[in-house]
Amino acid sequence: MSKIPLLLLFKRALIEIPFVFFAILMPFFGEGEKFSIFGVMVYRDGLLAGTSIVVKGTLGVLAAVILSTTTTAREILRGLEKLKLPIIMVQIASFMLRYINVISDEMERMKVARESRGFIATGIKHWKVLATAAAALFIRSYERGERVHLAMLSRGFDGALPSLDTHPVTTRQWVTALSIPGLALTASITALLIGW
Amino acid sequence: MSNVPSLQITELAFAYPDGNQALYGVNLTIQKGERVALLGPNGAGKTTLVMHMNGIHPTMQGEVRISGELVDSKNKESLKAIRSKVGIVFQDPDDQLFMPTVGEDVAFGPYNMGLRGQALDKVVQEALAQVGMLDFIDRPPHHLSFGQRRRVAVATVLAMKPEILVLDEPSSNLDPASRRELADILRSLDITIVMVTHDLPYAFELCERSVILSGGIIVADNKTGQILNDEKLLKSHRLELPVGFSFK
Repeated sequence: MSKIPLLLLFKRALIEIPFVFFAILMPFFGEGEKFSIFGVMVYRDGLLAGTSIVVKGTLGVLAAVILSTTTTAREILRGLEKLKLPIIMVQIASFMLRYINVISDEMERMKVARESRGFIATGIKHWKVLATAAAALFIRSYERGERVHLAMLSRGFDGALPSLDTHPVTTRQWVTALSIPGLALTASITALLIGW
Repeated sequence: MSNVPSLQITELAFAYPDGNQALYGVNLTIQKGERVALLGPNGAGKTTLVMHMNGIHPTMQGEVRISGELVDSKNKESLKAIRSKVGIVFQDPDDQLFMPTVGEDVAFGPYNMGLRGQALDKVVQEALAQVGMLDFIDRPPHHLSFGQRRRVAVATVLAMKPEILVLDEPSSNLDPASRRELADILRSLDITIVMVTHDLPYAFELCERSVILSGGIIVADNKTGQILNDEKLLKSHRLELPVGFSFK
């Protein structure tokens, strides 16, 4: 369907590790009922809670990775608009997409300018410089925002951005998209019914 | 109607809320089809003047008329019409191009003017063709070179079919080839142009007439060649030709 190399998927999913680190430790600390797996004592409650966090986290991360590797940012915005996310939020996200390069370029230039004058951030005593730079970047971006707004007003902006052109969604796409949530829903309803 | 000036400014004065007065009674009339360079040192009030031309700055004293129509920042409906008549190209194209693709950005202005569907597509394509950027219609602006972005910025206002095109430092940051390409484009347009610039050779190349704004008033208004030959005049308003240049 989406043809993403498994290795790429795996690499990108690694980002999850710091977040589930504590969940992995959970079975080994706690109180209550204990039992042993392969000679290691684990707590039942901790094991259940930890596993559930890891599973949920992994599923979430995989879904996000698959979405971001198969769908361009613009398509995601269109999708959000179609799913009736408030238009103002879609607009904010769209502006972010447009300006993230401009701002990161600006940040890079500031970094080069700092380092050209012999500054290398090595430790906590340099945080003040970095904080000042961050503040300068913030103010510059804020002022850019004002200039962009001015340019928009000059072209007759009155609050509504033209909506992005949307492709119609086919039934097949809906079915494909809903298959996994549908499966999950069936599984949980079944579990509920058999009282597990 | 053809003898109605594109731009008529009478006794325009303006002070910022902090009391800093920027304009002290500006009088300027520009006829239809003229190309005029607005020269002046930094802080002369050039940008403030430009911001009055489409009602971004409310007029405090005096008046501004665009092809006869009064710019009244309190009248929302007339303001909309004024903003479609006055196309301002700002100095930094990144400020002007904010939509995800070139085509959508060019469509922004005419969309606000109420165009939709095929009529909208048509003006977008025409405007991009005028600046030679039609092939880039689906590209995101940040993938373009600076010169290309400046040209797209010009297209974004051309798409609104303005009566008057106002350019803020059009040649800044352009390499010589992009600078010439932009000049060719501007010359090919059949439209009134006001060009704010410090680039005196560029003013000479494109504009028959120049005015100098200094200290919040118009201190000179003449043929560009004559103004640029008046070394004393230039010097007293912090303007200088590049070394080795003369228009004798």
